[in-house]
Amino acid sequence: MKVDVIRLQVPARPEYLALVRMVVAGTARVDPLLDDERVDDLRVVVSEACTNAIEAVLERDAAGDPDATIEVECRLSASQVEVVVSDRGRGFDPDALASLPSVTDPSRLRVERGLGIPLIRALSDEAEITSDERGTRVRVALYAVSPPAGLAD
Amino acid sequence: MIELGLELSERDGWAVLAVSGEVDVATAPRLRERLVGLVGEGRTRIVVDLEKVDFIDSTGLGVLVGALKRVRTNDGDLALVCTGPRILKVFEITGLTKVFAIHRTVDEATVTG
Repeated sequence: MKVDVIRLQVPARPEYLALVRMVVAGTARVDPLLDDERVDDLRVVVSEACTNAIEAVLERDAAGDPDATIEVECRLSASQVEVVVSDRGRGFDPDALASLPSVTDPSRLRVERGLGIPLIRALSDEAEITSDERGTRVRVALYAVSPPAGLAD
Repeated sequence: MIELGLELSERDGWAVLAVSGEVDVATAPRLRERLVGLVGEGRTRIVVDLEKVDFIDSTGLGVLVGALKRVRTNDGDLALVCTGPRILKVFEITGLTKVFAIHRTVDEATVTG
């Protein structure tokens, strides 16, 4: 199956996040694989993954490495949009952030961080997070809307 | 720099902060600073109007949760105005629709709180 690949390497700085969202959303619309609502989901997913990546890099390089980057790869096929965000920052334990306190739990109000991973999992069809001391890789996939009957192939 | 609009007005004793643009890790610090400033000035009844927000992610949600806690510990309240489905969706998924009072209009928010 044909796969178009778009690779971005962007400085690991918050001000580049909006650009990444714009490029990924634009990529997903090239050959409209996703409807508008799913493109919006993808923008949130990518924003969360890149925020974590940028923060991981900035935490590693507290002194500040102006050349530090994160990588974002979009892979478009007929069936899905796949995005891989990778960084060489300090890793983390993705399972520790996998769940939130229930909404009726009073401790819910203490959660100001840690909402990102649950959003990534909820808004994508596939989400895979691998992390170790060398960095983190987040792979997500959003499935294409089914083609209208008769237009398959 | 990404634009984040923050416009403050007054309505029946509530401070109404109208936010516009994209709220993410780049812009959220400005929103946090403004909300912390309001509470510091004793403005603890706050409406945050999200109608002109095009995008919000968990960093932005975290700022709002932080502000809600801050006003509540000062016997105040914080209400949101939001009708946009793409913004409401992130509140729903994270369970925050049950944490915040979310209204359709500023009028509704300031009447019911």
